[in-house]
Amino acid sequence: MTQLKQIRVQLEVLRYNPDTDTEAHFQHYDLTCPEEWVVLDALNKVKADIDPTLNFRWSCHMAVCGSCGMMINGEPKLSCHSFVRDYEGTVIRVEPLAHFPIERDLVTAPDDFMEKLKRVKPYIIRKDKKPISEGEYKQTPAQLMKFRQYSMCINCMLCYAACPEYGLTPDFIGPAALTMAHRYNQDSRDCGRAERQEVVATHEGVWECTFVGACSEVCPAHVDPASALQQMKITSSIDWIVEHLIPGGKSAGDTVSREKAGDIK
Amino acid sequence: MDTISTDVVIIGAGGAGLRAAIALAETDPTLRIALISKVYPMRSHTCAAEGGAAGVIKSDDSFDLHFDDTVGGGDWLSDQDCVEYFIHEAPKELLQLEHWGCPWNREADGSVAVRPFGGMKKKRTWFAADKSGFHILHTLFQTSLQFPSIIRYDEYYALDLLVDDGRCQGVTALEMRSGELRQFHAKSVIIAGGGAGRMFPFSTNGAIKTGDGMAMAYRAGAPLKDMEFVQYHPTGLPNTGSLLTEACRGEGGILVNKNGRRFLQDYGMGPETPVGKPQLKTMELGPRDRVSQSIWHEIQKGNAVSTPWGECVLLDMRHLGEKYIDERLPLVRELCASYLQVDIVKDPVPIRPVVHYMMGGISTNTKAATPIPGLFAAGECACVSLNGANRLGSNSLVELLVFGRRAALSAIEHMQGLPAANTAALNARAEQTQVRIRELFSRTGGTESMSGLRKEMMDTMEKNAGIYRTEEGLQEGVSKIHELRQRYGKVILTDKSNVFNTDLFQMLELGSMLDCAEAVIVGALARKESRGAHQRLDYVDRDDKKFLCHTMVHYQGLDVPRVDYLDVVITKSPPGVRDYSGDHK
Repeated sequence: MTQLKQIRVQLEVLRYNPDTDTEAHFQHYDLTCPEEWVVLDALNKVKADIDPTLNFRWSCHMAVCGSCGMMINGEPKLSCHSFVRDYEGTVIRVEPLAHFPIERDLVTAPDDFMEKLKRVKPYIIRKDKKPISEGEYKQTPAQLMKFRQYSMCINCMLCYAACPEYGLTPDFIGPAALTMAHRYNQDSRDCGRAERQEVVATHEGVWECTFVGACSEVCPAHVDPASALQQMKITSSIDWIVEHLIPGGKSAGDTVSREKAGDIK
Repeated sequence: MDTISTDVVIIGAGGAGLRAAIALAETDPTLRIALISKVYPMRSHTCAAEGGAAGVIKSDDSFDLHFDDTVGGGDWLSDQDCVEYFIHEAPKELLQLEHWGCPWNREADGSVAVRPFGGMKKKRTWFAADKSGFHILHTLFQTSLQFPSIIRYDEYYALDLLVDDGRCQGVTALEMRSGELRQFHAKSVIIAGGGAGRMFPFSTNGAIKTGDGMAMAYRAGAPLKDMEFVQYHPTGLPNTGSLLTEACRGEGGILVNKNGRRFLQDYGMGPETPVGKPQLKTMELGPRDRVSQSIWHEIQKGNAVSTPWGECVLLDMRHLGEKYIDERLPLVRELCASYLQVDIVKDPVPIRPVVHYMMGGISTNTKAATPIPGLFAAGECACVSLNGANRLGSNSLVELLVFGRRAALSAIEHMQGLPAANTAALNARAEQTQVRIRELFSRTGGTESMSGLRKEMMDTMEKNAGIYRTEEGLQEGVSKIHELRQRYGKVILTDKSNVFNTDLFQMLELGSMLDCAEAVIVGALARKESRGAHQRLDYVDRDDKKFLCHTMVHYQGLDVPRVDYLDVVITKSPPGVRDYSGDHK
C-alpha cells in the first residue's frame, strides 16, 4: 500500500464572537495532513483536535449542498472543493463570505439572499393547470437545454461575495436569484415571466448589473449567471421596444407565455 | 421561553419535510405550518442523491413488476400493503414534481426518460442527469416559497418532543443564531429528519445525517424498527466516501477485480453480460446488498487492488465514451477528477462499499403514523417498511415524496376533534429541555473529549456492525456502545457561547448517533439470520420461521434497550428465492 504524501498546512482563520469580541481577529493554526485534503478537512481537524470553539458550516463534502462557502485567500470558494495542495508553502487565509454579515467566525447570515430568492418567484407559474392524471407536460431535450444549466445553482452565494455591484448596492437582487428567475422564464412549462419582470426588469434587477462577470468566474456549478443576466437584459429591452414603440404592442412577457402555453398542450 | 403556537410542526426540511409542508398548505391554506430545520432547506442531504427516482410510467412496465422487484429486493421484509400503496402513488408524485418544474431528462418526443437501476426488472428510474436528488430538493424548496402559510424556522435545532395526554403536541428547538430555546405547540408533529449514517466513519452521508429525528422519537417512546439493516452502496470513492451513483452501472459501467475479471458472475449474478450492454437485474445491475457483499468477498480472496485508502475493486466506464459520460454522468466525472484525480473517460476508478442508507427508522405504518398519536414520520428517518432488508436504488427519493405527502394528510386527519392542549403541562415538559441544556453548559470536571468519543463510536460500528457480522463482534460492539453512552454523560463542552455554537450542536448530534447506534447493534445481535443487508457469518441463511418479522427496539434510558418483534405484512408474495442470474435459469 502506497502512502499519501503529507504536507504542512498553515491556516489563518478569521474569528469573531459577538458575545465576547469587539472586533474580528485572525487566529493561526498549524497542522500536517495528506496533500489530497481540502481546506474543509483541515478546518475539521482543527475543530476535532485543536480548537473546538471554531465555527463553520458544512455538510455534503461534494460541492452540492452549498453550505461551506468561504473566502480563501480572498477568493469566494467552497472549502470542500479547495485543495490544500494548491496552497502548498503558503499561509491559507480563511475568512467568512464577503458581503454578508458575520454571525460568528466563518458563519455568515444569508437572510438577504433568501429574501431575494423568494422575490423572483422561483417556481412554475401557469394560467391553466392540468391534472396529474393527464400526464407530464411534454418538453423536448432542446427545450430542457434552454434552462438546464441555470437550474444547477446550489445557492452557495459565492457569486454574491464576488459581485462588486452587490458589495456597493445591497438592494441589487444579485446573480443567483436573477439567474433563477431566468431559469423559470426559459422553462417551456412556465407562464410567469410577466410577473417576474416586475422584480427583474428594474434598477434593483438586471439593470444594476455592470457585467463584470465575476459571478461566473467563481461559480462552482458552472451556472454562468453573467450569461443569464445578459440574456435577460436583451429580452427586457425588446419588451420595452414592443411596449413603447410599436403601436398596440403588448409586452413580450405576455406574448412569450402564450406561445409557450401553446407549445405544450 | 418563547412559545410558538401553530397547527403542524415539521422537523426537517429536506425532501420529505418540504413535500409534507406543500401538501399541508395545498390541502388547507388556513393551516399554520412551522417548518423547522437545523440547516437551510437546500442544504438538506436529499441534494446529494444522484441516480433517480422509480415510478411506473412506460407501457412495457407494470405495477406488479415494481412490486415484485421491491419485495424481492427487500428480501421479503417489506410490508406488502405498504409496497402496494407506494408503487401506485409513485408515478403520481413524480408527475407532480414534473408539473412543479423538475428538470427530468426527456426522450426525443418530450416524454420523461427513464434509466435502468439495480434490482429493477424494467427501466423505470426517472432522472435529472446524475443530480436527481439535488433537483428534487430545489424544485420542492422553490415551489414551497409560494405558500405564505409555510413559516420556516431555518437553523433551529430541534431537541425534545412534547408529549402530554398520550399525544405528541410539539417540540422544543434552539435557535442556532442566538442560542435561545423556543417551544412549538402544535396539534400534529411530523418528523422528517433523515438518516443516521454518520455513526459510521466511512459514509456517503453529509455531516448533518446524525439521526436527531430518530433519536428524538425513540426517546419519546416510539420504537425504532429494523435498525440493523444498514445499506452499503457498492461504489464509494475510496478516500472521501463520496457517492458514485448506481447509474454508473445502469448506464453500462462494469466492476472488475485486480485481474480484470467481472467477479459478480462468481456470486450468483452471472453469467457475464456483454460490456456496455447492461442487462436488467443481473451482473452490475444486481441489488446493492449483493454487490457490496461480493466486493467484500473479493477483498477476502486477495483479488482487490491496494490503494492508500484500503482494498478496492475497479469501476470501469471507459467504454461509455466521453460524450455519453458528460451527458449522463457529469457529476461522477467531476467528483473522480477533483477528489481522486482520475478521469473516468481514460481510467477505471477504484471504489469500495460505503455506508449509504438506513433501511430502519422510526416505526410507522402505511399512513406514516408512529405508535404515538399525533406523531408522524417520513423519509429516511422513518421505517414504513417499504424497503425491507435492502432498499432498491431509486425507491427512496420517491418514498420521501409519497410518505411526506401521506404524513401531511394523516396530520390533518389527526387534528379533527382534538381536546384542548394542557399548556401548563407542555410548558413543564419544555422546561425539562431547558434543564438538560443548562446541565451541558454547567458540567465540570469531565475528562472525555467529544471528538474522541465520536471516533470510538464510528470505529466500533465499522469493526463490529459492518457488511458481515458475527456473534462475538456484535457482543463486543453492544458492550462498547453501551459504555460510550455512559461516558457521553461526562463529555465537557469546550465552547460555552450562545451564538452558533457548533461544539454544542456536535455534542447533541453525538448523543443522537449513540442512541441510534445502540439500536442498530442490539437489533443486529438479536437477529440470528442473514437477510438483505444484515449478514451474519455465523447464521448464513435466511430464517423465515424465526425472523420473518420486524425488529422493534424500545428506549430504556441509559439501560440496554428492549427488543421485541412485529410480524411482516404479507399479502400476495410469500418469501421466495432472490434470483439475479439474468437469463441463466
